Amino acid sequence: MYHPSVLPSLVSCSSPEFQEKARNMDILVEDLESKLAAARQGGGPKAVARMKSKGKLLPRERLALLLDPHSPFLELSALAAHEVYSEPIPGAGMVTGIGRIAGRECVIVVNDATVKGGSYHPLTVKKHLRAQEIARENNLPCVYVVESGGAALPHQANVFPDKEHFGRIFYNMAQMSALNIPQIAVVHGISVAGGAYVPAMADENIIVQNQGRIFLAGPPLVKAATGEVVDEEHLGGGEMHSKESGVTDHLARDDEHAIAIARGIIGDLGTTGERSLQPDATPENPLYPAEELHGIVGTDLRQSFDMRDVIARIVDGSRFREFKKEYSPTIVTGFAHIHGHSVGIVANNGILFSQSALKATHFIELCSQRQIPLLFLVNVTGYMVGSKAERGGIAKDGAKMVRAVACADVPKFTVIVGGSYGAGNYGMCGRAYSPRFLWMWPNAKVSVMGSGQLSQVMSQVSKDPSQHSALGDRIEQQSTALYATARLWDDGIIKPTDTRDAVGLGLSLAKKQRLSGESNTWDGSGKGFGVFRM
Amino acid sequence: MLSKSQSTSTRSAYRSLRAVSSLNRRQILSAYAAARILPTSSAVNNQSAVPGPNFSGVSRNFATTKLNEGLYVYHIAGHSEGPSYHKPHFDKILIANRGEIACRVIRTARKLGIKTVAVYSEADSDSMHIKLADEAYCIGPAPSSESYLRMDKIIDVCHRSGAQAVHPGYGFLSENAEFAEALVKERIVFIGPPSSAIVSMGSKSESKNIMSAAGVPCVPGYHGNNQDPDFLLQEAESIGFPVLIKAVHGGGGKGMRVVSSSKDFAEALTSAQRESAKSFGNATVLVEKYITHPRHVEVQVFADQHGNAVSLWERDCSVQRRNQKIIEEAPAPGLSPELRADLSEKAVEAAKAVKYVGAGTVEFIFDNDTDEFYFMEMNTRLQVEHPVTEMITGLDLVQWQLEVAAGNPLPLSQREIPLVGHAFEARIYAENPRNNFLPDSGSLFYLSAPTPTHVFAPSLPATTPVEDAPKFTPPSIVRSSSSGDIEPSVRLEQGFGQGSQIGVFYDPMIAKLVVHGRDRTEALRVLRKALDEYKVVGVSTNVEFLRSLAGNEAFIQGDVETGFIPKHFNELFPPVPAPSPEALGQTALYVVLRDHPIAIPSSSPWTSLASRRFGGDVHDRLITLQTEDASQTHTVRVKSTSPGVFDITVNDATEFSSVSAYLGSKGEVFSSLGDRSLRTTVVSQPPPPSLPASSSPNTMERLHVFLDGQKSTLILPTPKWLLSLGGDVLGAGKGALKAPMPSLVIEVKVNVGEKVEKGQAIVVLESMKTETVLRAEVNGAVKAIGCKNGEMVEEGRELVSIEADGEENP
Repeated sequence: MYHPSVLPSLVSCSSPEFQEKARNMDILVEDLESKLAAARQGGGPKAVARMKSKGKLLPRERLALLLDPHSPFLELSALAAHEVYSEPIPGAGMVTGIGRIAGRECVIVVNDATVKGGSYHPLTVKKHLRAQEIARENNLPCVYVVESGGAALPHQANVFPDKEHFGRIFYNMAQMSALNIPQIAVVHGISVAGGAYVPAMADENIIVQNQGRIFLAGPPLVKAATGEVVDEEHLGGGEMHSKESGVTDHLARDDEHAIAIARGIIGDLGTTGERSLQPDATPENPLYPAEELHGIVGTDLRQSFDMRDVIARIVDGSRFREFKKEYSPTIVTGFAHIHGHSVGIVANNGILFSQSALKATHFIELCSQRQIPLLFLVNVTGYMVGSKAERGGIAKDGAKMVRAVACADVPKFTVIVGGSYGAGNYGMCGRAYSPRFLWMWPNAKVSVMGSGQLSQVMSQVSKDPSQHSALGDRIEQQSTALYATARLWDDGIIKPTDTRDAVGLGLSLAKKQRLSGESNTWDGSGKGFGVFRM
Repeated sequence: MLSKSQSTSTRSAYRSLRAVSSLNRRQILSAYAAARILPTSSAVNNQSAVPGPNFSGVSRNFATTKLNEGLYVYHIAGHSEGPSYHKPHFDKILIANRGEIACRVIRTARKLGIKTVAVYSEADSDSMHIKLADEAYCIGPAPSSESYLRMDKIIDVCHRSGAQAVHPGYGFLSENAEFAEALVKERIVFIGPPSSAIVSMGSKSESKNIMSAAGVPCVPGYHGNNQDPDFLLQEAESIGFPVLIKAVHGGGGKGMRVVSSSKDFAEALTSAQRESAKSFGNATVLVEKYITHPRHVEVQVFADQHGNAVSLWERDCSVQRRNQKIIEEAPAPGLSPELRADLSEKAVEAAKAVKYVGAGTVEFIFDNDTDEFYFMEMNTRLQVEHPVTEMITGLDLVQWQLEVAAGNPLPLSQREIPLVGHAFEARIYAENPRNNFLPDSGSLFYLSAPTPTHVFAPSLPATTPVEDAPKFTPPSIVRSSSSGDIEPSVRLEQGFGQGSQIGVFYDPMIAKLVVHGRDRTEALRVLRKALDEYKVVGVSTNVEFLRSLAGNEAFIQGDVETGFIPKHFNELFPPVPAPSPEALGQTALYVVLRDHPIAIPSSSPWTSLASRRFGGDVHDRLITLQTEDASQTHTVRVKSTSPGVFDITVNDATEFSSVSAYLGSKGEVFSSLGDRSLRTTVVSQPPPPSLPASSSPNTMERLHVFLDGQKSTLILPTPKWLLSLGGDVLGAGKGALKAPMPSLVIEVKVNVGEKVEKGQAIVVLESMKTETVLRAEVNGAVKAIGCKNGEMVEEGRELVSIEADGEENP
């Protein structure tokens, strides 16, 4: 039966424009896939062979065994550190993500010892901390699959001293443990110096015999410091730690055994952490194929598209109960379900005017009151400029929207499907507004303003045209999704066709019984919005 | 007079019952009443042997009495004289047996409203026949000599329970004349022949003499004392070659020679006599006709206490192994009506010659080359294969036994006994056909049988005796009858369920599959399908062998003889095929789906988005499977592509892509493998959880796969780390020798206190027909012995405990 809120599909898939857009997006997606495939290879065949020859499982093999078969794995920032350092550090030497272990969603952090021995580069630390942040916000048990030589010494200044550096890992472990979020470590290889604190700070841990090593200083350092000559196994091997020091709790025969024990531990966590709840409604597929998103959006951000066509390919039954449809059509707001979970959607259909900001603010307040999570589908050039807009109070109305986003009492999710520029980035829940997850499409751009706009501004304030074009090129390059994801400005680039599933999994994680007591996040605090400037 | 009239009334009742089997109960009752009352009233009216006008006017032929709903009741009014009444059945009977036959008898008794008393041994305390019976009494420990063969205990239970009669089933006390007599003394009815008939037929020579005197052909031969070689040669020539020279006291093939011409006779005789003297201490031999292609054909006879005897036609039980039947059929294939009539006639004569009462079987050896048959022996009991006769006659032989034992005449006359369609019985045994059919024993870990269509014989189309035909002519089918055609039917005679122990103390027969069809081809087809659906795990069975037998071309052609299995050995035992890629794929899918069931949709995306791995990963699992003897290792890679859909690669060679699969509630794997839609039963047989992991296949999970009528058993190897852990446990208990599997203790080679050395043989076990020697793993002294010779021990039992020589006092 025709449902009044079913979105129609007005897209002509055979039009040359559509075909052209689809082709361009296909190229970007293929490029993404090849980069992901390359990153999955870790440190390359030599390092892989070396690890195999020691009878060890590869990091991703450990991960695969740890996860429940035929369960999803929401990998995070797979292209972290892409082309950031002078040498390739695929995935920043670490695999992180959310997956199911023994029926329970967990955050999993796997050191990739094939990449520089699993040492921590600045972005490795950032990726590790981001995974912990997600665990904390979503109340997910953490499993650390450890094999790392610790901080990458040449980078120590950007790894060690600051607030969001190495030490924060253990601070987080301590606090999460206090918040009843279980911290489990599996030591498959070396876990040295600062790294030794990961198993030591864990609630329960496992070490693989004749393979895992935990010590604050390795044999060479020990010899230098005290003159003691000792081999690694005696200094910090599994037998010693399990029988004598008590640093470890379980002694495993091999990698596979260690993972079996870890699965057993997660299976027996009882009521610690939290389990997500069932969806509000029965999930339904959208009526239209997700593949059409390629041809709808394309890669040229100057070409406009109707965000409803995107929504129609993401939400259950393509049903979207739109709010204030007729009022300020440059912003689209409304209610829908994704994988059965209720969601309020805020999406851009053009530039943000005062009215658009007010409409969005109203809608965010509704969702906040009704405890419906928010999804921002971003393609925004910014708020309207000009004397008319300024006189109309665009600054105060934009501020209302930003305030509402910042203080909304519900989990927020952001997907940048096009551009996210200027203050529009704030109003549309950019990284600074702590959405539970932020994903980008391969074509997405994020910067203070569009490159075209920027060059025009530059030509007016500066006289040197050569500088303009150099700066323009640099800003253009720094605004790409690839540049952003390499620096952990997002949680990963997703294919347009992955949007529904990624958001669905995220919504499911956020769907928790509201705790009566303290919340770990602002988006579950019920603290209200502060003062709206009227 | 009295008896004949009774006979009439019961027969009529019987016929009407059969004719109305499709009608409701009230109609049946009224038919019964009508059949009973009519002759009685006629007898009252006509006190003399001369039939009265009101009844006999129609009686010499067939009287039909119209009942409601177009129901016709026939009377044979020929013997309608005298007062007639139907003697009541017993109120309560005891069944001195176990397993399927006990269940079979109880079912008929229940049908007739007779209470039943079961007896059981301690080993059977949980068995099916106890649950079916109204009362049950334990009569002793497991060995049958201490339970099912204890006449005193059974008689005692009769008195305690008030059972008026004893049904002995087959085996145990069924052909024990002493038991029959003992019951008579206690005024308890033995549901079987008089003890005199049991005695006469129990002796081979006596029975042959009786039969010869009665004109029943016996195998020509000389059984006398004259051992003169020339005389014996003369006898052989008069018998006709080939002949068989056999030691009189012989057995097991010793002292036995087949001679095909007179020139070989002298030499064969000398060697047979020499061997006989050596083996049995007596050189006396007999000479008999040797039948090159014999068949085993037997006739089911029934006789009542009034001198009536009928044939319920013959069965062919030619295909045998270890001289025991495994498949039986009725009627015998390829017999002419004349031959059939002749067999039946001779069989009835045999029964009459010993004044037989009840159900009996006259066994003949049938010469396939000459179509001649000779009396072999008479079995004075209800036989295992009686259901095939029931299927073609539509009768309940146990009910007939009860009628006869109650003193009633036979329910039908010879001319009324139908022979409709064709029936087979396949006996399912715990045995290993590929290992010379050696019996196996163990627990029925898993049992799944085809759903039977009938509990008793199906109702057959109405038949009518053929006028003016010879006596032993089956009645013809009334084509106009509304009951219509013969529909294929399947019966399952089973005395055990899943979890039962088979073959440890008693016969290793698990069940009988009985099928009936319009003709032999149809019956065989139904049998093959039923066998495909019969699945057993826990013991080796002959199911697959029976399946190849039922599909064997020569067997389908009815080309049967007692030497069938050796003759067609190669066709019946094709080489065991390696598990097919499909079987391996299905097994791997079972493991994958079992370990992590696919979630039902409409739940959290964390379950419904199975296999959704962002970042390009695909979940795959490499499953290694070994054959049971660990000779072959197969690998199956199962990639999980979307919920419930898999890409499967078997042995890096065969690929099945986009296979959708799910697990049924009983462990069946439903999948679309290749271009087939498959439903495969996979039964997992985990090792006992207390058994430490080791590299022995015994400690690993077995997966039994039933696909395309073939069972493959595969082993899921234990992961290395588990073996390593198991090694610790085994290492820790070095001094204790435990049974690695359920086995029989052949010999305990040490005594308590004895000093033993590492490597010394301590206990010899037998299991799966192979001997295992358990050796000391340490030097030390025997502290305790936990088993004795000849004892069955369960897996994990500590057999001998050895105290290692302590390090403190070396």
